[in-house]
Amino acid sequence: MNVLDIIKPENQVFCKSKLMTDTTLSYCPGCGHGTAHNLAMEVIDEMGISEDTIGVAPVGCSVLAYDFMNIDITQAAHGRAPAVATAIARTWPEKYVFTYQGDGDLAAIGTAETIHACNRGENIVIIFVNNGIYGMTGGQMAPTTLEGMRSSTSPYGREIESMGSPLKMTELVANLPGVHYVTRQAVHTHKHARKAKKAIKKAFENTRLKKGLSFVEIVSNCNSGWKMTPLESNIWMEENMFPYFPLGDIKVNGILK
Amino acid sequence: MSELKLMKGNEALAEAAIRAGVDAYFGYPITPQSEVIEYLMTERPEERTGMVVLQAESEVAAINMVYGAASTGKKVMTSSSSPGISLKLEGISYLAGAELPSVIVNVVRGGPGLGTIQPSQADYFQSVKGGGHGDYKLYVLAPSSVQEMADFVEDAFDIAFKYRAPVLILSDGLIGQMMEKVNLKEQQVRLTDEEVIKLNGDWATTGKTKNRERNIITSLDLQSEKMEARVRRLMKKYEQMEQEDMRYEEFQTEDAEYLFVAYGSSARIAQKAVQLARAKGIKAGLLRPITLFPYPKKVLFDLADQVKGILSVELNAGQMVEDVRLSVEHKVPVEHFGRTGGIIHTPEEVLEALEQKFIK
Amino acid sequence: MTEEIIIAGFGGQGVLSMGKILAYSGIMQDQEVSWMPSYGPEMRGGTANVTVILSDDRISSPYLKVFDTAIILNQQSMDKFEESVKPGGILLYEPNGISHHPKRTDINIYQIEANKLSTEMGNKKIFNMVVMGAFLKIKPIVELENVIEGLKKSLPERYHDLIPLNKEAITKGMESVTPYMAEQVAN
Repeated sequence: MNVLDIIKPENQVFCKSKLMTDTTLSYCPGCGHGTAHNLAMEVIDEMGISEDTIGVAPVGCSVLAYDFMNIDITQAAHGRAPAVATAIARTWPEKYVFTYQGDGDLAAIGTAETIHACNRGENIVIIFVNNGIYGMTGGQMAPTTLEGMRSSTSPYGREIESMGSPLKMTELVANLPGVHYVTRQAVHTHKHARKAKKAIKKAFENTRLKKGLSFVEIVSNCNSGWKMTPLESNIWMEENMFPYFPLGDIKVNGILK
Repeated sequence: MSELKLMKGNEALAEAAIRAGVDAYFGYPITPQSEVIEYLMTERPEERTGMVVLQAESEVAAINMVYGAASTGKKVMTSSSSPGISLKLEGISYLAGAELPSVIVNVVRGGPGLGTIQPSQADYFQSVKGGGHGDYKLYVLAPSSVQEMADFVEDAFDIAFKYRAPVLILSDGLIGQMMEKVNLKEQQVRLTDEEVIKLNGDWATTGKTKNRERNIITSLDLQSEKMEARVRRLMKKYEQMEQEDMRYEEFQTEDAEYLFVAYGSSARIAQKAVQLARAKGIKAGLLRPITLFPYPKKVLFDLADQVKGILSVELNAGQMVEDVRLSVEHKVPVEHFGRTGGIIHTPEEVLEALEQKFIK
Repeated sequence: MTEEIIIAGFGGQGVLSMGKILAYSGIMQDQEVSWMPSYGPEMRGGTANVTVILSDDRISSPYLKVFDTAIILNQQSMDKFEESVKPGGILLYEPNGISHHPKRTDINIYQIEANKLSTEMGNKKIFNMVVMGAFLKIKPIVELENVIEGLKKSLPERYHDLIPLNKEAITKGMESVTPYMAEQVAN
């Protein structure tokens, strides 16, 4: 198969969603955010709901999500996206409302907002990108940073005794009755991305059916923050992140797996 | 149909919010303003008008809920009291930065810290000098009666949407807790989603339709030039507020030789002090700023030519007095009088302070 | 006409509701009214007081130092408010539990044994309406029919069957109020 064959439409396996803008992504090459954005936009496009979708962007690497997603987006204060989304969903009950948050935003400063939006069972989708580090501010320790993992604020590795254990936010919210669907996915391979897309689609379907809150964690890499090449970071993620944050559905249709 | 009722200031505000066709209220209980959310929860506004009322997990969450609903062009408000407002300040700064119409109510209690639950006006600086971070101001309305607690809800939303800016109603425990006769306006119909889109669809995140570009609500501009342009846009709004929407009230100033300047509950007390002074042959008058920003600077500047002394009466250790001094540009002596800690000064005390500082 | 009143006693004596009914009565006769309570934890089991103003004109300060009338229902309130009555003003009090009776001679003092009377009438909850009756006998600032209208407005509908009893209590208070001379006490 030569290049001319490869670029034929029938051979295309992956493309930029129509709902992604032409703005160059501000993410580091190799970062999973771009794929996660694209999957969310593909789902919204395929469901034909873009006119009725309002996104909520966080503070963190994806603060500029509104530059890349061609939909209406409100950018929230650090950690407050679930509260912002709550109000939008409550005042526009027929709209599709989702937050797109990182681990610092959702699992540290915004823990209260996350837990209470989940507990109230708000009819929203939370997409939670967990890469175990604060990317935007330059690689500081996140609540999800693994034991022994180095960051600029745990330069000798995370010590459980003084810094606590990596927080499994996803398992935590799964136990709340208001949460309808909880899953943990990854996007670093085609296979994983296809599964993640299915999960995101299921989450937005839940909004359509007014089932309450759907929580999709995407375990991702941060090659810059982890100080690795993109490929190394993906291997490191599979070997270290996945055992602690195992992939798969945690709660489906309101029932814990 | 309008209706005459005996209500607490907090209740009148809540009822007026329903009648003004407000889309949503998000709050968190704190004395002395919990009657607002209690009244709303009891009234079932979702059945009366479709208004959403939600008790948030914190003041921080509540103000960010306001931010969320406001970003979609809905009429949304919250209320709290001093320590709770401190928590909301981050969100208020974001509301100002993102230029979102919204109404925040502070039923002030004494501080700093947990302070006291009794009335105070010690949040003047916080209200008019920014409070949160960055270059912004709030349009601040200071009700001095239960009637104004009701009336200012609609006034506040008019200003909020005129300028696309957050508006603060600065009340206190006295106005919030006392009951007076209040004339409630007739019920307004809440806007439909279609009407909200028609009115605010050019900027609000109501869902991107094919006939327009996407709407983005953010207070972030990483490019300095863009951020400066945003700040300039805000400053222009504040200038326009000063020109078009400054409000004040004068009481017996025509022939006044001494002037009280007071807002909110202190204005009521100072008004009585004017009556007591006049009964003693002292020609006192009262200027009541109704908006604390914009401030009636020019009115004070002119009155300074006429009076021998000005007493700024505030339930605090001396805050608004700074703005009075700035306004009169040293033309006349300006002093402060006020009790703190939740103690309310009596009209007699206020008059005595005037006499001691200027007459005796 | 402006009437400035303080009502003070224990929480649970119906201090705040008596003030509210008085304020409502004022509204019924087209007056301006204000009702300013003490609030917060001090009310729980402690003392409660409310400043009520009825006026034909716009009311200035809702918070006052001196009053035309003080209605005093316990000793703490007597200690606090006896001196707050304007010269020539009225002090109406319930003597039950009062050890230090008022001493002032420049004001008009009255007693109403509302505790005893309401007990005799079989319902302690009408205590405050007996006091109300006594006050209205001394100062008929509101018409009885407006008080009844005020009661209807401030009582939840489920208690409206108690209105005749309240009316009876007001009448009893009117009949039973007695002047009190400070000189009578030798202490």
